[in-house]
Amino acid sequence: MAISDKQKKLIICLGAALLLALAWLLPGAGLLNPYLVQILMYAGINMILTLSLNLVNGYMGEFSVGHAGFMGIGAYAASILTVWVLPRSWALWTFPAVLVAGGLAAAVAGLVVAFPSFRTRGDYLAIVTLAFNMIVKSVLENLEILGGPRGFLGMPRLTNLFWVVAWVLITVLVLRRLVYSNFGRGITAIREDEVAANLTGVDTRRLKLYAFLISAFFAGVAGGLFAHLLQFINPRSFSILKSTDMLVMVYLGGVSSLTGSLLGAAIFTLLMEILRPLGLWRWVVGPLLLVLLMIFRPQGIMGFREWKWLGQGPGVRGQDAMP
Amino acid sequence: MSLLEINDLSHNFGGLRAVSDFSLEVREGELVGLIGPNGAGKTTIFNLITGVFKVGQGQIKFQGEDITRWRSHRISSAGIARTFQNIRLFKELSVLDNVRLGAYARHAYSLLDAVGRSRNFRQEEERQRQRADSLLARFNLSRYADTPARNLPYGEQRRVEMARALISGPRLLLLDEPAAGMNQSEAQELIRLILEIKEEFSLTVILIEHQMRVVQNLCQWVKVLDFGETIASGPPQEMQSHPKVLEAYLGKDGALAGEESGNVA
Repeated sequence: MAISDKQKKLIICLGAALLLALAWLLPGAGLLNPYLVQILMYAGINMILTLSLNLVNGYMGEFSVGHAGFMGIGAYAASILTVWVLPRSWALWTFPAVLVAGGLAAAVAGLVVAFPSFRTRGDYLAIVTLAFNMIVKSVLENLEILGGPRGFLGMPRLTNLFWVVAWVLITVLVLRRLVYSNFGRGITAIREDEVAANLTGVDTRRLKLYAFLISAFFAGVAGGLFAHLLQFINPRSFSILKSTDMLVMVYLGGVSSLTGSLLGAAIFTLLMEILRPLGLWRWVVGPLLLVLLMIFRPQGIMGFREWKWLGQGPGVRGQDAMP
Repeated sequence: MSLLEINDLSHNFGGLRAVSDFSLEVREGELVGLIGPNGAGKTTIFNLITGVFKVGQGQIKFQGEDITRWRSHRISSAGIARTFQNIRLFKELSVLDNVRLGAYARHAYSLLDAVGRSRNFRQEEERQRQRADSLLARFNLSRYADTPARNLPYGEQRRVEMARALISGPRLLLLDEPAAGMNQSEAQELIRLILEIKEEFSLTVILIEHQMRVVQNLCQWVKVLDFGETIASGPPQEMQSHPKVLEAYLGKDGALAGEESGNVA
């Protein structure tokens, strides 16, 4: 059945609206088990994180292993705003702005990592991002005013399924539009051959800046959502372990794929939930999964491919791109 | 008026002098050859012109402007395009995207235009897409538009590289051993192609080449390098019998010079 682009657009808009309406109504009406809602929200937050990391690690081909740092900065910035700065009675209405502010704070930190990326790449940039993650965690641990290692609390539970779904949709929309544009092509050119990209007129420095800013922004927003869901954050939540989880989700779903990021995050979240009875051993699963993936299916579930409703038809990227 | 002017360019790799006191003046519309044995510093000169290496000593002027310290993407946007000795395409990207990326700097829309899918974005994207399509057609590559570049045969990859270089609308084209790995008939076809695009796009061309046949058929004059030094320059026919050139290629005593002079370079 042939569907025209206009019809396709309409169906996507309707689908998104329906999803938002369901996210708003179902939990409110008590039609969805609260436990299930909780898992769905975690899955959504993980989706945002995975999409954001995929921009840097997948599309741009750099290797950031410190993304939890951005998430942490977003989480703390948003929480500080809600608890200390803004009046309590407004909290419900200022929440979207608080999340954006958290994202912007993380984006500023993105700049800090983007500048070293002008000069180093590959393993060396990975070490820079690792160091960044550790610095963020240690700074948070040593800031007594923010509760130090005990953490920060007092946020009302403002995150609900509606906001999570809305931000997942925003992230997909923005990244999709970015990827299928001149900027997105430039970003993938950096991955393919940075020198050749420079020599064909691609301003790689500016693109790295954009990529890190946007990626960090969404990681920060996810942090804000996370903080207002848990109502309690501490520096340990944003350690290298969290970054590893994000890596697993990206490579499980597949690099350079929006569909893959959504799938990877959903499957990983579900898997961790199912494995909860394993207790501590659960934390072995993530890294082990990463090792097995790298050996047996390095491209993940959807690496370099896109579900055709999320892609942009032929001409953007060969459909037979994966071997 | 000279399009490209290089004065006393030198470059070292550690203690090794790769290029020393190299000067070159190329006028508009010329087709110049850069020849010399392996390791003579030819590609290094291309890398210095296009900003891959930082220029330590010397000056490069393009259309009267000093571009010595410019970054690569700016030099490319100013009108200097190049191809590579070993093809450097964006292998996983489609042929269309490869070519469109050559026009990266010509896409006149902002990040906000792209995220907001503004009218300006759609018009500009369509315009550049058409330019890419017509260039693909010109190079007989239309049917590969959606194929990942790495799946193309060697000769086609060379053509993609050339299309990518030309879509930026360059004034000066630097070709680094375009005939490498080609047999005689392929090389013959390449010569024709270079002459054609030179006219069509009113280009000035600097060519690095090993096959003397290609150089002779294309270049108005050549510069011969050896160990980074310019040892001779003039019309290609004269270079073949130039004593210093023979020495560079065949050794000092010239014992073999008599029998092999036809195969120089």
